[in-house]
Amino acid sequence: MSQDIEQIRQQALSELKQAEDAESIRDLSVRYLGRKGRVTRFLRNISELPEDRRPAAGKRANEVKKELESAFNDALARLSEKQEEKGAIDVSLPGRPAPVGTLHPVTRITRMIAKIFERMGFGIAEGPEVETDYYNFEALNIPKNHPARDMQDTFYVSENVVLRTHTSPIQVRYMETHQPPVRIIAPGKVYRCDSDLTHTPMFHQVEGLLVDEKVSFGDLKGTLTALVHQIFDPQTSLRFRPSFFPFTEPSAEVDIQCVICRGAGCKVCSDTGWLEVLGCGMVHPAVFENVGYDTDRYSGFAFGMGVERIAMLKYGINDIRMFFENDIRFLRQF
Amino acid sequence: MKVSLNWLRQYVDIDVTASEIADLLTMAGLEVEAVIDPYEHLSQVVVGRITEIFPHPNADNLFCCKVDNGSGSLEIVCGAPNAETGMNAPCAPAGTVLPSGTEIKRAKIRGHISEGMLCSEAELGIGEDASGLMKLDNNAAPGTPVKKALGIEDTVLEIGLTPNRPDCLCHMGVAREVAALRGKKLMPPELPKATPSGKASKLTSITIKNPDFCPRYSAQLVFDIKTAPSPDWLKHRLRAVGLKPINNIVDITNYVMMETGQPLHAFDFDRLAGHRIVVRTPGEQEDTFITLDGKARELDPETLLICDGEKPVAIAGVMGGENSEIMESTTRVLIESACFDPVSIRKTAKRLGASTEASYRFERGVDPEGAVYAMNRAAHLMAELAGGTIIEGVIDENPRPHTKKSILLSTEKTNRHLGTGLEAEEIARYLESIEFSVNRPDPGLLEATPPSFRVDVTRPEDLMEEVARLWGYNRISTTFPEITAQAEPPGKNLETREQVRDLMAGFGFNEAVSYSFTTAGAADLLELCPGDPRRNVIELVNPLSEEQAIMRTTFLPGLLEAVRKNIFRQERNLKLFEIGKTFYKAQGRELPHEVEMLAALWTGLRGPVTWHARPEACDFYDIKGVAESLLAGLGIENTAVTGMPDSACSYTQPGRTAQIRLKDTFLGLIGEVKPSVLKRFDIRQPVFVFEIHIEALISCLPGVPEFRPIPKFPAVARDVTLIVDSTIEAGQITDHVKAADTDLIEDVFMFDVYTGEPVAKNKKSVSLRIVYRSYARTLEDAEVNELHQRITDSLLSAFDATLPA
Repeated sequence: MSQDIEQIRQQALSELKQAEDAESIRDLSVRYLGRKGRVTRFLRNISELPEDRRPAAGKRANEVKKELESAFNDALARLSEKQEEKGAIDVSLPGRPAPVGTLHPVTRITRMIAKIFERMGFGIAEGPEVETDYYNFEALNIPKNHPARDMQDTFYVSENVVLRTHTSPIQVRYMETHQPPVRIIAPGKVYRCDSDLTHTPMFHQVEGLLVDEKVSFGDLKGTLTALVHQIFDPQTSLRFRPSFFPFTEPSAEVDIQCVICRGAGCKVCSDTGWLEVLGCGMVHPAVFENVGYDTDRYSGFAFGMGVERIAMLKYGINDIRMFFENDIRFLRQF
Repeated sequence: MKVSLNWLRQYVDIDVTASEIADLLTMAGLEVEAVIDPYEHLSQVVVGRITEIFPHPNADNLFCCKVDNGSGSLEIVCGAPNAETGMNAPCAPAGTVLPSGTEIKRAKIRGHISEGMLCSEAELGIGEDASGLMKLDNNAAPGTPVKKALGIEDTVLEIGLTPNRPDCLCHMGVAREVAALRGKKLMPPELPKATPSGKASKLTSITIKNPDFCPRYSAQLVFDIKTAPSPDWLKHRLRAVGLKPINNIVDITNYVMMETGQPLHAFDFDRLAGHRIVVRTPGEQEDTFITLDGKARELDPETLLICDGEKPVAIAGVMGGENSEIMESTTRVLIESACFDPVSIRKTAKRLGASTEASYRFERGVDPEGAVYAMNRAAHLMAELAGGTIIEGVIDENPRPHTKKSILLSTEKTNRHLGTGLEAEEIARYLESIEFSVNRPDPGLLEATPPSFRVDVTRPEDLMEEVARLWGYNRISTTFPEITAQAEPPGKNLETREQVRDLMAGFGFNEAVSYSFTTAGAADLLELCPGDPRRNVIELVNPLSEEQAIMRTTFLPGLLEAVRKNIFRQERNLKLFEIGKTFYKAQGRELPHEVEMLAALWTGLRGPVTWHARPEACDFYDIKGVAESLLAGLGIENTAVTGMPDSACSYTQPGRTAQIRLKDTFLGLIGEVKPSVLKRFDIRQPVFVFEIHIEALISCLPGVPEFRPIPKFPAVARDVTLIVDSTIEAGQITDHVKAADTDLIEDVFMFDVYTGEPVAKNKKSVSLRIVYRSYARTLEDAEVNELHQRITDSLLSAFDATLPA
């Protein structure tokens, strides 16, 4: 008879496997565990066994009873969970859209540049867009009637007030109110009286300034190399070309290897393989004198770049005027 | 500036290619913007020999030539009177584009085929003679490129010179750079020394009345000259650098300017009253002067003039006068070679709108010691090329003699500043290569004296730049700054602005950037009333156009213009925002008030068309919701949005305009733009906007959020519906509840507003939900009921309300 209980168990489990709905599971439960069920009957008839086998058989039969009980219950629970699931839907239909807006490419690039400099420990400074002649020019070593004024076509508000032609006046304002060490970048709108295919009368610049005790031209090179490698990629080569800005000495222009043709020569780089992206230099002692910094103790570097220029290279935009037309088909792309 | 490579070779041995020279100069600070062939257009033109001439079958004034072009025989129809058999002339094949723009084609001329063109000097753009074919050397083999036959093969470098390098505004200056960069020797033209005294001082005199404006004026006399066209080599040189040949005397002055950088002027000595020169500012009656371009120039009291014994004969440093220019009949010449004050020349040139080769150089600074050499060079060329006799003696008035100043340079400082490790000897060698004289008063210290033509070098840093550029910027090692530890928290403005941008983009808005300038009529477009502060605009003195004449005081015109353009492009559903500055004239201040603003605009549909729903047009509550969510996103609570007095905003509709306030702070407004305003922008669909002052917004920002414990006890909600007058603002009702004298109200909000049957006319039904909660205990039902009743009663009496029937 003890063998029988194993058979009963086997049969019950295999029948359970075949059971497809709750009804047949309940039926099974009655047939095995009900008052007249096979397991129940087995237990009831246990006295018919020889006395020495009774305890083991009884123990085993109770185990089987418990096992089957939980197997039937589990099967029922699984079945009812399954019934709560719903039918198939067309998952390829579009979802209900959450709103998605965009940031202007100038914002995106400015943020990218700001982030790079923030990682290098720079803060951010700002200044007025309408400036005095002093801050925009004179304090930067560009006296009235100096040919260097021809380098920038200026919008005038009055004889002594201009729309700032670069973000450099922020350097001066910042140094007037802060002692070294100085580590800032200054993003913002600038204005030049110039409008054609490659110029808009308003555009954006990011200016940078670092002043400390042991700053060298080599440090300037390192900082800008780090910048270019993060904006474009670490394979982009740079060259520093001597140039002239009245407020830096030595001054340099930075060319990067053309990001379009990788230096092979194309329309974007006018077949030179190089693109001019930055102006920079060591801060001119005259500027330090104007803000009262000790030129023996401190040295520093400054740099500036056009945000639209970087955005055009980065995104492949070929017409600078697009930036300010607010054509939604343009804005949505960024 | 244009530099001819052939010309450059006269002063320095060039043993590398043109593009290598271009690279060298570029990397030394003289940016070569282009390397060009000045006679590119002649590339296909060859020497053609006329082997036979026969009459044109259909035209009496034309004839036909058989021309040997080296590779075969062409038939060319020609009308030139000087054509003859055996003559060599420039032959342009079909396909050549002449400087006039005409393209030569193989075509029938009056019925007879012509396979090219035989050209005159003028047609080739290398001379003025248009009378007949250009005669080429008969020894030249047919087929020889005409450039080679004429000896005008050249390469021209276009150098974008920075304003600090006037010394390179001439071939000798550029040659000096090349010599330094290539380790060669500069070879200036050798001249017999000018004799300082002689007969000249008996024939003429110079008086400088304004030595501040004219620190030096030198003159030399050349007599017995014969004016004539310049020899070809001289003409070609001038043309190669973009100058037009005029006559030998004028051409020589221009040539020497392009050679040495010193502008010269040649006066007809016999047209100078009293045969003398006076440098002065205008006298009382002298208010206009006719320059040699025929223009009457107005003089102001500061205009420096070159005068003879009676009258002005030139505007100093800018342009000569008609009354003393070299004419065909001129035989005696006074050459002027002077130094003028850069600022004075610049002011005059700017004022007259007359920037000339001379003024360009004087503004930037000419070599204060170069005047006599250049003049002497010109005099000798005039003797050589115009048959002149140099009158012995140089007149050299030098009331403000140039003094050379030496600069001390520390090797250690130079290396620290540049990040280099140069020895004192190397530094000295670089400076000496560009003609600085260097002493070594001390180990580690250099005393350098710049040559007189380097007017830009005055400080040790200037010397460092010279050393750096000659050593090579790209050889300086790349390091990272050793920086002092310091940091401050980022500014609130910056952070808030960026947070606003992110929130607005998150609400589905596209960021716009408009020009800061706008049309002078912007205020009228928005119907701003006469006293509106936004009429207090900053005007530009020199705007590019009427549409960009003033600085904006509001973003609306710019954004509405963007809407107009986008709708024109079939883009009717727009959600735009912009952050930037507006500008107000400030009383008693030099600079305007710059006020940072955020503006947002919504027009068209509420959302995209999808299969779920056909969205409706957006309305006031959509844009208001954005404003509210923005404030909530920034953590600004308890702002009040209330109706704005009808006259307060001229460009939004009365009754559809709200103000946002936090206590006493006005944050901005929300409204629907008036149809009359939209009409001016050609917009035919409703537009909703809000404008928020960023500074006010920042002033309302909460501090660091303070943690409040999560409530442990349950909340209880009770609803109440009231019938009130339809003019009562919902906000007033919720505010009334919030103001109740209890701390058990956690939240109150409107969840239904209804007008229409069965609610009486002029009434509306509003339903509020009030949420009660205590942080200390579970509220008893009875307690809540009593409190809710008290609040309901208070509402009923405060708003003269009734409960629904």
